[in-house]
Amino acid sequence: MRLFFILLVAWLVLNESVAPGHILLGAGLALAGVLVYKRLEPATHARNRPMLVLQLVGLVIADIVRSNFAVARIVLGLGPMQRKAGFLSLPLEIRHPAGLATAACIITATPGTSWVRYDAALNIVTIHVLDLADEAAWIRLFKEHYERRLMEIFE
Amino acid sequence: MSAASAFAAVLVILGALLAFLGSLGLLRMRTFYERIHPPTMGTTLGTGLILAASMIHFTALEGRPVVHEILLGGLMTFTTPVTYMLLVRAARRREHHADDGSDD
Repeated sequence: MRLFFILLVAWLVLNESVAPGHILLGAGLALAGVLVYKRLEPATHARNRPMLVLQLVGLVIADIVRSNFAVARIVLGLGPMQRKAGFLSLPLEIRHPAGLATAACIITATPGTSWVRYDAALNIVTIHVLDLADEAAWIRLFKEHYERRLMEIFE
Repeated sequence: MSAASAFAAVLVILGALLAFLGSLGLLRMRTFYERIHPPTMGTTLGTGLILAASMIHFTALEGRPVVHEILLGGLMTFTTPVTYMLLVRAARRREHHADDGSDD
C-alpha cells in the first residue's frame, strides 16, 4: 500500500500535474509496480523511523560531499604523496537483505569507496578503497555512521 | 540576469567541473579498480549541484516551486551503484578466471 502511494506521488511529481488523467495513469503504473515488486521480493519490514532515516540521509550527503573533495584532490595530484589503493575486508553485524542493499548503495555512491563482494556465509564484505590511509578509522566510521543506524532501521 | 539565475549558473559550472574531474580521473588512474572511483563525483555531487541549479532557476523563472529534480537525484543514487557493482564483479570474475580458472 505504501509503495503504491510512493509510486503514484512520484509519477505526479515527475509530470507536475494532478489532472485526473495523470492520476489514473499513475495509479495504473503504481499498481503494476506493486505487483511486480511482490513477485520479486518477499515483504521486508522496515521499522517506521522517519527521524532516523532523515539523519542517515543527512550523514550520507555530508560524507558524499566530503569524499568528492578528497577524490578531486587525488585526481588533481594534490592528495597524499604515498597513496595506497586496495581491498578491505569488513566483518559485518547487519544481516538484513534490505539493510545490506542500502549499505552497498551508500558505499558505492560515495566516491573513493566501492562495494565489491559480499560473503553471506561469513557475513564479510569486500570493499575497494581509493585511499587506504587509515583502515581502522574507516571501519570505525562505517560502523558508527551507518551500520548501527541501518540495523536500527531494518532489524 | 536575476540573482537566482546567477547563483544557478555558478552551481551548474561547479557541477560540470566535478563531472570533468571525474572523467579526468578516469584517464589518470592506473588500475581498473582505481578508475571506478573518480566518475562517482559526476554522478553524486556533480549531479546534485546541477539539479539544485535547475530547481533554483526554474522556481525563479516560473514563480512556483519546481522540485521534481529531487526525484531524479534519488533515482540516480539508487541506480548507479548497480552498474558499478556489475562492472566490479565482472572484473573480479575475469581476474579469478585468469588466476586459476576457478569460479568466484
